[in-house]
Amino acid sequence: MTATTSTHPDNIVIKLDNVSRVYKVGVESIHALDGVDLEVRQNEYLAVMGPSGSGKSTLMNLLGCLDRCTSGTYRLDGKDTTRLGAGGLAHIRNTRIGFVFQSFELMGRSSALKNVEMPLIYSRDGWWSRHKRARHMLERVGLGDRVKHRPNQLSGGEKQRVAIARALVCNPSILLADEPTGNLDSKTSEDILALFDQLHAEGQTIILVTHEESVARHAKRVIRMVDGRIFSDLSSEDDQARRAAMGEHFGEVSK
Amino acid sequence: MKAVLAIPFAFFRLFYQSVYLALGQIWANKVRSILTTTGIVIGVASVTSVIAALTGLKANVLSSFESLGTNKIFIVPRWPREGRFKNASWRVIRFRPQQFDGLRERCPSIDDYTLMAEQGDTIYYGVHDIEDARVYGINPSWHRIENRSVIMGRPFSLMDEENGWQVCLITPKVRDELRMDRNCIGKRIVIGQRSFTVVGVVETRVESSMFGQMGSSEEVFIPFPTAWKLWDPWIYAIASCRKPELSEEAQAELRFFLRQARRLGPGDPDTFRMEVIEEYLKGFNAIAMTTTAIAGGVVGISLLVGGIGIMNIMLVSVSERTREIGLRKAVGAKPSAILFQFLVESVVLCLFGGLIGAGLGQGLTWLIGKIPGASLDKAYIPLWALGLSFGFAAGVGVFFGMFPAVKAARLDPIEALRHE
Repeated sequence: MTATTSTHPDNIVIKLDNVSRVYKVGVESIHALDGVDLEVRQNEYLAVMGPSGSGKSTLMNLLGCLDRCTSGTYRLDGKDTTRLGAGGLAHIRNTRIGFVFQSFELMGRSSALKNVEMPLIYSRDGWWSRHKRARHMLERVGLGDRVKHRPNQLSGGEKQRVAIARALVCNPSILLADEPTGNLDSKTSEDILALFDQLHAEGQTIILVTHEESVARHAKRVIRMVDGRIFSDLSSEDDQARRAAMGEHFGEVSK
Repeated sequence: MKAVLAIPFAFFRLFYQSVYLALGQIWANKVRSILTTTGIVIGVASVTSVIAALTGLKANVLSSFESLGTNKIFIVPRWPREGRFKNASWRVIRFRPQQFDGLRERCPSIDDYTLMAEQGDTIYYGVHDIEDARVYGINPSWHRIENRSVIMGRPFSLMDEENGWQVCLITPKVRDELRMDRNCIGKRIVIGQRSFTVVGVVETRVESSMFGQMGSSEEVFIPFPTAWKLWDPWIYAIASCRKPELSEEAQAELRFFLRQARRLGPGDPDTFRMEVIEEYLKGFNAIAMTTTAIAGGVVGISLLVGGIGIMNIMLVSVSERTREIGLRKAVGAKPSAILFQFLVESVVLCLFGGLIGAGLGQGLTWLIGKIPGASLDKAYIPLWALGLSFGFAAGVGVFFGMFPAVKAARLDPIEALRHE
């Protein structure tokens, strides 16, 4: 519990060792992830790309402790999560992981403030100060004047900002965003991505899943996945160069 | 200190949060919640009002018993089922007045007693008559035991008793039906074939609502020795004990005394029987309890039906809110927190129904009390019935809410978030 990102040696937040995830469909086994190794350090800004079926959603669910790997180990902040039960995983999700979804997943009947407060409800330490913390987080994402508004009174970009505030309110080690701009127009997408840039500048570790090159360009590191394996793992500049060299279908050519 | 308080605080947090969420959910689905809880409302209302009606009935019967007197002991002759008196003649079995001599001295728990003879007779005064009036032979102590005093004239004197004079006391009803003057003292009426002088008027028996029609109020009283001499009757006795608590002792003393007076040997069974209102009371209480329990239980089935309604709507609620459950799990709600949330929601729904049902039951009870001639005016909902139906409603909430709540708690967050 005391091992936070800032005190951990080498600042390694995520460490995957030979992680596989196998789904059984009837007699067939589908290797959604096939021996993935990955290290993510604190304050990295990582984009995961790949065609559908490449295993990026499975990787996301694993990193978010929503799912468990079939084999291999997953260490989050130096702590092995492989053997945790449903309650233990819930606690990890509550304290160390913030989720941002494509479809926002806000509760329609609750105000922005109530939505942001929700993770703190399940938090041991945050419960008592949840109003203050939620309000503060809404101010941080630029919605200080929209506290009492309900989701149906907010624009798409504002909704996603509420969702980001909710993801960050518990001070997570990593922010996991699954197609965060998928439901937004390009202007609003840029605003949201600017917010991610700002959060990254403030020291937040961010992992986002996307299939848009324009979104991935904001990240500092890009992972491309094919068939449940990591196909390339490059810095953003190298990735762009490689893509320029290999053409539009970089990352999909191997298929 | 903080660690010690962590568990109660965590529980409080969970509880507060669950109740808060449940109330919000119920408020958000007002119409549905009211419809859902109707089963519980009807269940609790019918359980409480049925119990109230039975309680009222019981209170009524009890007060009737009380008016008969709870410290009275009736002593009547009886053939034993075995032994040498099994086939004895009625002259052997019946009581004789002499057998009761010395009873007051020998039975310290007995306050007083009266011998009783009783028969139906036609009485005449001039051209007026009453067919089948009750004629009783009594001792003067009867007035105290039955708590009915002489309101005009005088009671029987020692002279009346010793000489067996043909004097009588009548009730106001008899006086009026025979069209006698208000002051009827000294007038002569005919009972059977014999003429009696009216020496006084006895107050009318206190009518009890339950047993009011059991005895006629056309009563005539003559001194017991006169009745014994004239009728040669089958008699019984009424004794009163000093306090109702002494009833058992008084019966034991009476039994010992009478066995001696009637010369029963050690192996002979009793040739008499004692009846106490108290014992009827106990028996009646037992019957009333059983009746209430059975009626309450039968009506309580409606609560179960209501519970099935609750379970149905909770299942709908779980599948409707699958995405919300997924989200809550994703942000860190443990399965236990989800379970608790839905369980509390169903219990709150049931208690809410219980509250309305209790109010409705109170109204029904008031209405029941107003039914003319039903003698249910004492109907009320006892506190235990309220507690029981509330507890049962909460139990129904837990029982029928458990399945949907477990279903919600077991949802896979990834699947739940993908749910349309």
